[in-house]
Amino acid sequence: MAEQTTLFEYLLRLGDNALILGHRLSEWCGHSPALEEDLALSNVALDLIGQTQLWLNLAGEIEGKGRDADKLAYLRDAREFRNVLLVEQPNGDFAATMARQFYFDAWHYLLLRELSGSKDGRIAEIAAKGLKEVTYHLERSRDWVLRLGDGTEESHRRMQAAIDDLWMFTGELFESDEVDEAMVREGIGPDLAALHEPWLGLVRATLEEATLTVPQPGWAQRGGKRGIHSEHLGYILADLQFLQRAYPNATW
Amino acid sequence: MADSLTQPHLDQVKAWLGEVPDPEVPAVSVMDLGIVRDVRWDDDELVVSITPTYSGCPATSVIALDIEAALRAKGIERLRVERRLSPPWTTDWISHEGRRKLEAYGIAPPAESAGDAPSPFDRFLRKPLVIACPRCKSEKTSRISEFGSTPCKAQYQCRDCLEPFDYFKCI
Repeated sequence: MAEQTTLFEYLLRLGDNALILGHRLSEWCGHSPALEEDLALSNVALDLIGQTQLWLNLAGEIEGKGRDADKLAYLRDAREFRNVLLVEQPNGDFAATMARQFYFDAWHYLLLRELSGSKDGRIAEIAAKGLKEVTYHLERSRDWVLRLGDGTEESHRRMQAAIDDLWMFTGELFESDEVDEAMVREGIGPDLAALHEPWLGLVRATLEEATLTVPQPGWAQRGGKRGIHSEHLGYILADLQFLQRAYPNATW
Repeated sequence: MADSLTQPHLDQVKAWLGEVPDPEVPAVSVMDLGIVRDVRWDDDELVVSITPTYSGCPATSVIALDIEAALRAKGIERLRVERRLSPPWTTDWISHEGRRKLEAYGIAPPAESAGDAPSPFDRFLRKPLVIACPRCKSEKTSRISEFGSTPCKAQYQCRDCLEPFDYFKCI
């Protein structure tokens, strides 16, 4: 049974990353700098919410207590969320949103590529589906890092600031704990540390091409995977969960 | 017990499904897009397997409803529509007829086989694909955004006839 608990925990991490980032992106809806970007941000959000449903429904099935994706998304408190800190960081300006997206997409792509070869067929098929979508997310966010970095003086300054500010949240992406280690042992998930080199290679090449400076390795902020979050998550949940909390079981 | 005399042939069922339009791209049918993966009789119940184009595509539940309504209108009483995730949908499953209809409707069809598409880590190193304008066929086009009116499309503009158009991305 311990195995199932570990798998449940692992699936929550996958689902919560997609859920919280999807929600953050949906906050841009109607506020983007251009109509095309409004559509693009909402479409990426939609992909991520779709992936959330697949991951959290599977998590609920594994848990076996009758919780589906909706119950897991709407009725857990902040300490029970397992997303990495990076995805809950505020949208900031457009550069901050795209820098956050680029860091995440590059990692997400590598992670899903490994997971699509998972020994657990249910995980492999969700990952293979998501990988196709994330390929386009990555292409787009990378493109924006290049355009803003190698753009005007102002856009360069803002993108560099975003790249620097968010850097301390990227370390957590590659750290393993006993849950990740158990997944590696069972052939379900990849060794996260092994994703670091290809991730850094892409990030470095992109930042250099964008005339940006690659941040120096430093202190990594961590805790999201264990439920220790920044103050931002509570505000996200207040918005995300309001309706189900105020009107339990409401449907439409 | 199933009565094979009264059961419509599967080819007939597929022909009926060929008339069910995609809710977001009504120029093509759910058969043209390759969303219908399998049609079979399970004893006296008709089972239709469909696959979503994108994980979050809101059209998927509408498609299931449209299929059910269309087949019930043809007199099918026992019917089940099931969702299948694997293998994941690819634009390679869009039929030749579907590609032709997309272009006639003003949407440029996928420019390459999804199987040939390199990983993004390699793709960044090569020249972008040439997407021809579905209206004037000019190859002088530019991408405006990686996403269009739906997740499956990107936005382009023709630099000759100036028409903006959707491009159906390869996945």
